[in-house]
Amino acid sequence: MPPTPVISISALGKIYASGLVALQDVDLDIRPGEIVALLGPNGAGKTTLISAVCGIVTPTAGSVRVNGHDIRRDYRAARAQIGLVPQELYTDLFETPWDTIRFSRGLFGLPPNPAHLERVLRDLSLWDKRKDMIMTLSGGMKRRVLIAKALAHEPQVLFLDEPTAGVDVELRRDMWAQVRRLRDSGVTIILTTHYIDEAEEMADRIGVINKGRLILVETKTELMKKLGKKQLTLHLLEPLATIPADLSAWALTLNNDGGDLEYVFDASSEQATVPALLKRLGELGIGFKDLTTRQSSLEEIFVSLVKEQTDQPWSTPPGSIRSSIQSPSDRR
Amino acid sequence: MSTPIQVPTFNYHAILAIFRFEMTRFGRTLWQSLVTPVITTALYFVVFGAAIGARVGDIEGVQYGSFIVPGLIMLSLFTESLNNASFGIHMPKFTGTIYEILSAPVSAFEIVLAYVGAAATKSVLLGLIILATASLFVPIHIAHPLWMAAFLVLVATTFSLFGFIIGIWAKGFEELQFVPMLVITPLTFLGGVFYSIDMLPAGWRTVSLFNPIVYIISGFRWSFYGTADVSIGISLAATLGFLLLCIALVWLIFRTGYRLKS
Repeated sequence: MPPTPVISISALGKIYASGLVALQDVDLDIRPGEIVALLGPNGAGKTTLISAVCGIVTPTAGSVRVNGHDIRRDYRAARAQIGLVPQELYTDLFETPWDTIRFSRGLFGLPPNPAHLERVLRDLSLWDKRKDMIMTLSGGMKRRVLIAKALAHEPQVLFLDEPTAGVDVELRRDMWAQVRRLRDSGVTIILTTHYIDEAEEMADRIGVINKGRLILVETKTELMKKLGKKQLTLHLLEPLATIPADLSAWALTLNNDGGDLEYVFDASSEQATVPALLKRLGELGIGFKDLTTRQSSLEEIFVSLVKEQTDQPWSTPPGSIRSSIQSPSDRR
Repeated sequence: MSTPIQVPTFNYHAILAIFRFEMTRFGRTLWQSLVTPVITTALYFVVFGAAIGARVGDIEGVQYGSFIVPGLIMLSLFTESLNNASFGIHMPKFTGTIYEILSAPVSAFEIVLAYVGAAATKSVLLGLIILATASLFVPIHIAHPLWMAAFLVLVATTFSLFGFIIGIWAKGFEELQFVPMLVITPLTFLGGVFYSIDMLPAGWRTVSLFNPIVYIISGFRWSFYGTADVSIGISLAATLGFLLLCIALVWLIFRTGYRLKS
């Protein structure tokens, strides 16, 4: 039996007053203790989705429950469990890190706990800067202050809206390590990003959003397996003028003036097709001196998914892609 | 992170956090928030109390310098209540830190209580300091001290609520200053700070009665000297009416999320 979701989003929709449809019929269950990355191009609806869950944006349809608490009817219980790190560096520049995290903890209805706040600041390497005005800190430090504020009330769920946007490589790696430590301490993490490598590096599951719709949610390995393509290139001993008719069962192309035979296939079907192809080539007397294989990256999968949505807007049933690739436990 | 979830039923920690934050801001801008109004008021007493007031004579049996004290306190109270409350809520909107307030387990009532409470506290403190400053220049008699305190708190709260509404409504700093500078200040000057409306010609007196500030200043002056331009009951009703209007508008803002939530 799958664990009870810590966040359950059902048929969530948001249409802004301008008429912009920011979210459409979004369903998503987040399991306790996982890291979910929401991937999507700019304006896809990632921030709106987070904002709707956190209470900053009012949804126009659907519902969200946090550990069973409805975000509207039972907003205190729902919000008390959530920490949010916004995309922009929204800080009180004239405050100190210590004062601002103490403020955040109070805002979430908790009594002061200097030991916890000290631990949070030390974990984020901010302890030495606790008495400095935030305006004097670097951009990376300010982002850490935002994380510290979000952790001040010991949330069970942490939303990170593009946490590494505009930060240098070293700090990115630091943040990834920090996020993993948080997950290890039991915090469920939902992050948005448009850095594919970030999602690939961090997430247990990846959700792709485009035009306000959640196109898919999959574990990283399943995603690669189901949507990833593999490419086998055979460097032939003798160039071919055309592909023999006996090889029509495989989607082959000739490149490099007939010197390279290229075969692109689904990652999940390689076992069935590649040995058969090689065997058939041997039978036809087509020899090769070398071979290379390449697997499509998450980035290529993402780009093709988004392109598919762009080329083929929702004239087809929107659930078709998702239902074809989601595991049963992800379906609602 | 294994601490059990604590869900506040009344989030007084949040109220205290916001209140403390606002009072700290007040402390950081002490010169602008406190010293400037006190110096300005002292200058009013020098000019209107000592220089001009000596030639004006008594009004309704009260020395002119003393007569203008309640009006000057109200003038500062209006301005400071509006400024403190409007800046208090507008700054988080301007800097973006409002996200934290909106995503916290805090109710609209608690947010208003904290911001308006802090703004009103600052204004009442300022009013009392101006009163103390005035007593250095002119003799002051408070006929109804409890009514004076009640009016002070009531007006500070009402105008802080009004300022809170302006802070949410304003899209920028220009709009933030629009109502206090171009509406409230002129109405206050024409509302009997420096004179009794009984001194005006009949026509202008009638016009003045459409100015809501007249009722507030008149009521506050009554608590000092027992004389008023309009009945104390009407003054109190007008002030309470404005308070209720502000409460209704704030309720509407939170209900609709007007300029707070999209």
